[in-house]
Amino acid sequence: MTDRRILAEFSYELKPVIKGYNRRTLYIDLSGKKIESKPVSDMMIDKFVGGKGFDLYLMWHGVKDDTKWNDPENELCIAFGPLCGNTSYPGSGKSIVTTISPLTGIPVDCNVGGHFGPYAKFSGWDAIEIQGKADEEVIVYIDGDSGKVKILSAPDKETNSHILAENLINEFAENPDKRQFVSVVSAGQGAENVLISCLNFSFWDKRRKVARLKQAGRGGTGTVLRDKKLKALVVKYSGLKGDTNNPVDLETLQKTGLKLHKEIEEGDAIQCRMREVGTAHLVEIMNDYDLLPIKNFKYGQSDEASSLSSLEFKKLFTQGLPDGCWFGCSLSCCKAVDGFVPRSGPYKGQTVSVDGPEYETVGGCGSNLCIWDPKDVVELNFYCDTYGIDTISFGTSCAFAMECYEYGILNKERTGGIDLTWGNADGVFELIHQMARGEGFGVIVGQGVKRMKEIFARDYNADPKLLQDIGMEAKGLEFSQYLSKESLAQQGGYTFALKGPQHDEAWLIFMDMVNNRIPTFEDKAEALHYFPMFRTWFGLQGLCKLPWNDIEPANNAETDEPAKVPEHVQNYVDIYKAITGKPMDKHELIRQSERVYNFQKVFCMRMGKGRRSDDIPPYRAVGPVTEEEYLSRQERYDSLLQSKQGIDPAGKSTAEKMSLLREYREDQYQQLIDAVYKRKGWTPEGVPTTEHLQSIGMDLPEVIEVVKRYL
Amino acid sequence: MKSLKTYPENCVACHVCESACSNLYFKVDDPEKSRIRITETDSQPRMNACTQCGVCVQSCPTLALSINSQGVVMVNQALCIGCYMCIAACPTGSMFRTIGAITPFKCVACGVCTKTCPADAIRIEENKES
Repeated sequence: MTDRRILAEFSYELKPVIKGYNRRTLYIDLSGKKIESKPVSDMMIDKFVGGKGFDLYLMWHGVKDDTKWNDPENELCIAFGPLCGNTSYPGSGKSIVTTISPLTGIPVDCNVGGHFGPYAKFSGWDAIEIQGKADEEVIVYIDGDSGKVKILSAPDKETNSHILAENLINEFAENPDKRQFVSVVSAGQGAENVLISCLNFSFWDKRRKVARLKQAGRGGTGTVLRDKKLKALVVKYSGLKGDTNNPVDLETLQKTGLKLHKEIEEGDAIQCRMREVGTAHLVEIMNDYDLLPIKNFKYGQSDEASSLSSLEFKKLFTQGLPDGCWFGCSLSCCKAVDGFVPRSGPYKGQTVSVDGPEYETVGGCGSNLCIWDPKDVVELNFYCDTYGIDTISFGTSCAFAMECYEYGILNKERTGGIDLTWGNADGVFELIHQMARGEGFGVIVGQGVKRMKEIFARDYNADPKLLQDIGMEAKGLEFSQYLSKESLAQQGGYTFALKGPQHDEAWLIFMDMVNNRIPTFEDKAEALHYFPMFRTWFGLQGLCKLPWNDIEPANNAETDEPAKVPEHVQNYVDIYKAITGKPMDKHELIRQSERVYNFQKVFCMRMGKGRRSDDIPPYRAVGPVTEEEYLSRQERYDSLLQSKQGIDPAGKSTAEKMSLLREYREDQYQQLIDAVYKRKGWTPEGVPTTEHLQSIGMDLPEVIEVVKRYL
Repeated sequence: MKSLKTYPENCVACHVCESACSNLYFKVDDPEKSRIRITETDSQPRMNACTQCGVCVQSCPTLALSINSQGVVMVNQALCIGCYMCIAACPTGSMFRTIGAITPFKCVACGVCTKTCPADAIRIEENKES
């Protein structure tokens, strides 16, 4: 048992959740050791709904226009949403984390599983808002059984999440049988030294008897946690029942959930096999369609990728367990490798359980680096998680460094002796351990692609234009792991994403490139309006996206709009009404999102981004940067020159053809921006118009005041 | 392993078993609250009661389902959070729910129904091999 001093204590009245809401948020100032309860107004619910909406609203009023990520007033907000914590509908246990990101300087939002969100909500809070910096290492403990919040000293020697989470669960659970009632948010040693960090949200796995870890992955949230000297947040809540979220219509909620359970039971094994292999099922699909990132997104396909197929991971994942990250999720996609023995680093030779790898980790830490041994990917997954490092940004950052190594921009002298030849897993292992130790070239890589570009141009005289073309970041955030080169809509899906290029706003590659369902700019703009709005809704409610379209009703293909999965949209309408008792239909669902989405957009502008220039991708995301890339798809590109541009490729050099293709594609992208901004109600510079903000009901004076600076 | 074995070829669809069951566990005569279900068809009736196969036990995220020393799958109400993943997982459709209740229910091979059956269509049997 760790000897802890109570630095601050706050008692609150325990009250049942009503129709999905507590109507209060928890504010903690670590500098002043102040803990308060803040009321949730009708306006907050009407305009911001909950989840990410509450996070952003609280943060807006907590930070200043010039707040940097490591200023004390930067906030780390975690909110849950009115639908969060119900145990009836799959995918209902999500927390949404926001902060001013160390990578981008604007709000980042992450949607994360684990038990923390539902337990914190049922402890009495619709959101947790953490500001300030402690003057010593602390933990925040929310005891939802007795109605107490405490700031406690944290002399814990351990920082790395797989051990710290387990230690804290053991410490705060009344006895071993009650470990499932405790959840921990933490980040490891890596988050203390690099910016490409994440937060780990735990859930106690009763069968495996280990603390499993789910990641709020993007944008450096773990670095903010550790900068505040916050070692962990711990919640304990023992009262969970099937109706703790107190819905107005339990029967409809249960029936709708049961309908989806049955659909998953019948369909998953022949659709996405989420229960067998989770999102890793995507690896072979992406490779088949030339979309799997290889060598820093140069290529989309490799014969060697079969060694990273889901068949290989299935051999490693323990099968047949209800691997949901929240109770009631029958999609059960969070697979685990049990009995794994790392071959490197401080835990070499020990036996650990590893969460994942998910598709993004296989792409980022596997194919994109030409690391083809699935166990090496599992090892990187394990260390990324426990060190508090984002596997996506880690993968994309390492891929950038390896390409720079290939071109001689980097060499062993500059890397401190690390060989960053494609596929050298040992070199990549050394980078990650350096990130944890806070030393060597690993710390440079851990600053992310944007800062590496600056450093390599400044210190190594590298060509800034080449670095810009191959550095897979926008707004400061690294791209996630899909090749967007041949899908104009997905280039937008990535680069318009408010927080930076993550696929959670829109994944349109099949609609656009494979099935050609959105051929015109207007079609693409409509998709780039609808899907980001629809997906934003999950973050407002505390839901997971996966049960929306990673399982589909058997007759979905026969519906008018199969890409929207209409029956599941109706499920969401039904469960929202069943929980909150408020009116809802598929149109109001989009309007709810539109209000918060535009608020976030204006928030980005307030923090100095959100401009048209911030929505431009690096050319690697748009077309072939190098001759070898062009030649790898020569037939496709030559025929496009002919059919789209009316240019006969015969007799032209590769360099000439690349230049012509680039001119065309960059122009197409600019036209896409015009169409999308128009559809979203924004000016050509990307500023939401006051008329648009009024029409969607996001015309709060503080929002209009910011927008007017740009109009 | 103890379980309720059904013999549909004997069943006369009198539904007395459903009455006995729902009366015992819910204090009402309501076939929707019975743990054994008789469905009348054009040919012989369909009889549905848990075979104690244990598939549901694997599906439960809170370990609220377990197999007792007699081989009967039991629901621990204190641990159940009413997610109904077990209902979807059950290969014979023998895990049930009813309006207003959180915890699902199933045949626990108590045998009360066998005493009321006039046609010898249900028996409690023990299979020692399992």
